[in-house]
Amino acid sequence: MKRRELVQGLLAGGALAAVGGCATSSGVPSSAKVVVIGGGYGGATAAKYVRLLSDNSLDVVLIEPNRRFVSCPISNLVVGGVRQMSDITSPYDGLRSQHGVTIVHDMVSAIDVQKKSVRLAGGSEIRYDRLVLSPGIDLMFDGVQGLKQAQADGRILQAWKAGPETLALFRQLEAMRDGGVYAITVPEAPYRCPPGPYERASVVAGYLKKNKPKSKVLILDANPDVTSKGSLFKKAWAELYGGMVEYRGQHKAVAVDAKTLTVKFEVQEDVKADVLNVLPPMRAGALAVQTGLANANARWCHVNYQTFESTAARDIHVLGDSIQVAPLMPKSGHMANNHAKVAAAAIVAQLKGLEVNAKPMLTNTCYSFVSAAEVIHVASVHEYVAAEKTFKTVAGSGGVSAARSEQEASYALAWARNIWADMLA
Amino acid sequence: MTSPRPRWPRASLVSAVLLLIGGAACGQTAQTLQTRSLAATCANCHGTDGKAVQGAAMVPLAGLSKDYIVEQMQAFREGRRPATVMHQIAKGYSVEQVEVLAAYFAGRK
Repeated sequence: MKRRELVQGLLAGGALAAVGGCATSSGVPSSAKVVVIGGGYGGATAAKYVRLLSDNSLDVVLIEPNRRFVSCPISNLVVGGVRQMSDITSPYDGLRSQHGVTIVHDMVSAIDVQKKSVRLAGGSEIRYDRLVLSPGIDLMFDGVQGLKQAQADGRILQAWKAGPETLALFRQLEAMRDGGVYAITVPEAPYRCPPGPYERASVVAGYLKKNKPKSKVLILDANPDVTSKGSLFKKAWAELYGGMVEYRGQHKAVAVDAKTLTVKFEVQEDVKADVLNVLPPMRAGALAVQTGLANANARWCHVNYQTFESTAARDIHVLGDSIQVAPLMPKSGHMANNHAKVAAAAIVAQLKGLEVNAKPMLTNTCYSFVSAAEVIHVASVHEYVAAEKTFKTVAGSGGVSAARSEQEASYALAWARNIWADMLA
Repeated sequence: MTSPRPRWPRASLVSAVLLLIGGAACGQTAQTLQTRSLAATCANCHGTDGKAVQGAAMVPLAGLSKDYIVEQMQAFREGRRPATVMHQIAKGYSVEQVEVLAAYFAGRK
């Protein structure tokens, strides 16, 4: 093993020398023990924890196109005008300065599964012993006719990947007339952040109640009922917003008319809105699909849950929203952070010749704001059950809030600060 | 103390704790790696290695005494200590796992 690594290192050095220092971009290593693609909740955590759990003995390269991390959790508060983008944005510097992770800001254009290397848009190639792929979700705009163009034109936003659209959606609400309709469509599960659409509807209702009280919030859900914390959300809508929030299940969006801001459904009648927020169906990040790892309904990536190694390619560990989930496992940032820790420990064990943990554990806590001041949660604890090769929730654990509270709002914001530090600082 | 869901043989529990007390000089073993991995399931809310962000609402676990952590987890589990979420999380860990976690965090300074 040692000898093979040495030979590989020499070969890499030789290859570098052969191109005579014409490497396309300085500072991009030609190989690393562990390469991580994607600096979100999964990838950033994996990069840090491979370093931590290996006592800094495994070199890690993190590839992420964005210069700064923008969090999806808490981003609905920006949509609702009660937080700024700066509140949900964090630097990547800590991974470099505190943990020695090499960060490359670039896009990956392709993964060569046979050669065990990744090619960057900038032209460089990085070989890996282990690859961690945490590409998040791909929004399937083609799943809703007319949406791709409407989205590109900034007319109908998703704001589901936090970033410029997050603020742009708030600006649309700011510009909306009092008495207007904000409509959000929810795709069929599974999708990123099950309670997220309902949280967004709640926080937007809070903004409109205060600023444009004649307005209305419409939730048009492809699912038969609210997919997460249903009774707590419905109670909040009834008690906090009167008749302002209307929920309609069984509304699967199939087309939009950008000009009139009308959404068409598979069965039900068209709905016209003043601000239309369409969440298209989702699948694993494009790179996972392109690499042939999305082997569950051509949408999600099957993994061996003990290590999060892909079942389609060796030495590639897939994390976060891209995976085919185990029962009762939500697509959440918290869950991705926990996937990353299991994968990091497995990678360290395997590369060090240690036994892989036979019983990894995961936790999940999803906080949702039902107003600017009050929060509800759903929590779960999951254990790997070797006999069934899957994660199951531990019997008797987990649950939802007894009631919405301001106390949980302080926990939600503290959760965010701690998990951002856990992945980045 | 009796365990409703015994998982690890007592010997491995003792060795895990001994290894922790032994400190980092012992080097990485499968057991220490698993202990750190288990402790990492608390880090998302309580900070990496139990060192929570200053001023955040969650309790930093690093440096709390082992007995205190064990007792509090038991209190959460039995509903003796009121909680918003920890009573639900505490029920996800066995008595043995809590012992290992408590020893680990007690050792973080």
